[in-house]
This record gives sequence, structure tokens and C-alpha cells, in this order.
Amino acid sequence: MENFTPLSASIGGLLIGSAAALLLWLNGRIAGISGIVSGAVEGHGTPRGWRWMFLGGLVLGAVVALAVTEQPLAGITGLSGPLVITAGLLVGFGTRLGSGCTSGHGVCGLARFSVRSLAATLTFMLAGAITVFIIRHGLGG
Amino acid sequence: MTRVTLRLWAALAAGALFGIGLVVSQMTSPAKVLAFLDVAGAWDPSLALVMGAALLVTVPAFRVILGRGRPLLDESFHLPVKQSLDARLLTGAALFGVGWGLAGFCPGPAVAALGSGQADPWLFVFGLLIGGWVAGRLPARG
Repeated sequence: MENFTPLSASIGGLLIGSAAALLLWLNGRIAGISGIVSGAVEGHGTPRGWRWMFLGGLVLGAVVALAVTEQPLAGITGLSGPLVITAGLLVGFGTRLGSGCTSGHGVCGLARFSVRSLAATLTFMLAGAITVFIIRHGLGG
Repeated sequence: MTRVTLRLWAALAAGALFGIGLVVSQMTSPAKVLAFLDVAGAWDPSLALVMGAALLVTVPAFRVILGRGRPLLDESFHLPVKQSLDARLLTGAALFGVGWGLAGFCPGPAVAALGSGQADPWLFVFGLLIGGWVAGRLPARG
């Protein structure tokens, strides 16, 4: 646990939770990033303007925060390009099929005590941990 | 300003706050996320604390906000309606988890990191859009 960063993790989590609360309080919307992205790009017959504004804010906020903090590993997977795209395909397909990701199910859904979100969160956490285990420790490694 | 315009600015503000939170918590660094998922290695529990701290806000806040009956800038809340578990939900969540464990990116941090100057977030989001589009083509009930 030598890389454990409890302070920055807690502050960041409080900010993320506050952002989700702000969006629900003002706009009545769930801050689920996968849904906001697909709705912004594909429409689904719902308003798109606020989605693009949210995503623009997400990028802008991150750019500013990256400029004022020390984050040498931000945005770096260490994988080859095709593997990064493959991971994106899996995440895009999976979050669409499963109606949400870490933010929509993990932060917003759990806060509404949604059984679907609890099941989804446990499932993607477990699948993620198994995947990392196989890559780092499995297959005779 | 009209309410529609106010909603756009509210979304921008919420998005910015969300992006700052993701960077501060280091979720925009895939290595940090993978260290959380690596329970058999040098486990880094930071991400659990990120989610826990976020829930510390959203659990009471959602209760109060939803109890008000309607949001400040709209007529009604826009909430998911499905209640029951189904194969799509669990299959989707599992596939998402595999992709997450592969690259260390979930959708929020990947989009937030588009301005990091690295190519990976762009490649990942490219795949994300294609994968989401394909899943959206599937028959509605399966």
C-alpha cells in the first residue's frame, strides 16, 4: 500500500460527489459519463446541448487541474494503440449494454440505492480485478 | 438568461467540478486505477476512498434533492426507470470491467484526460464511441 494517497483521493471524491449532486439539483440529471457521451454523440432524441457543455467542462476542469498538479502518468496506459482501442471498444460496448459506468452506477446509482447499480458495480469491479490478475499474475507469470 | 441557457452553464460548471475531482483523485492516471484493481499485487485502495468520499456527498445530497420533488432549472428529474436485473446489465458490466482492467480507463477519466497531451485517451474514446454505437444497434430486448 506504499502508493496509497488517502488525502487526494478523499478530496477528489468529495469534488466528484459534489459535481454529481450539483447536476441533479440544478438540471435533474444523473452524472453518468458513459450515458452523457453516447447521448451527446448519438442524440437518442433527447437534448444534447447540456451534454456537450458538461463534457466540455469535464475536459476544461481536468486541463486546469492537470496544469496545477504533478501528474506525470496522467493519460498514459503503457499499452499499444490497438490494445487501447480494444479496451475502449469493450468499455463502450459494455457500458452501453449495461446502462452505465463507474460514475452512473458507482456514484449516482448507489446513492439512489438502486439494485441494478449495486449489481453492475460489483460485477465490473470483479471483472476488472480478475482481468488485472490474469494480466499481472496469471498465465504462469 | 432563460432557464435553458442556465441549464447549459450549470452543466458546464458540474462537468468542470467533476473533471477537477477526477484529476485531484488521480483517476486520470491509468496506473493508479490498475493499482486499485490489482488486489493480489501492491494493492492501492485509493479508488475505494474516491468512491466512498463521493458517496458521502451523494447519498445524503440525493436524498434531500430528490425529496424536493423537482430540480431547480427543470420541470422534473430525469432518472433511470428500470428496476430489475437482467442479462444485459450484468453482461455489459462484465465486459466494461474487462476493458477497464485492460487499460485502466473508464469513460469519465478517459474523456477528462483528452486534454492531457497524450494519445491514449483519444484512442480509447475512439473505441468507446464505436463500441457504444455497436451496442446501440442491438435489438432492444435480449
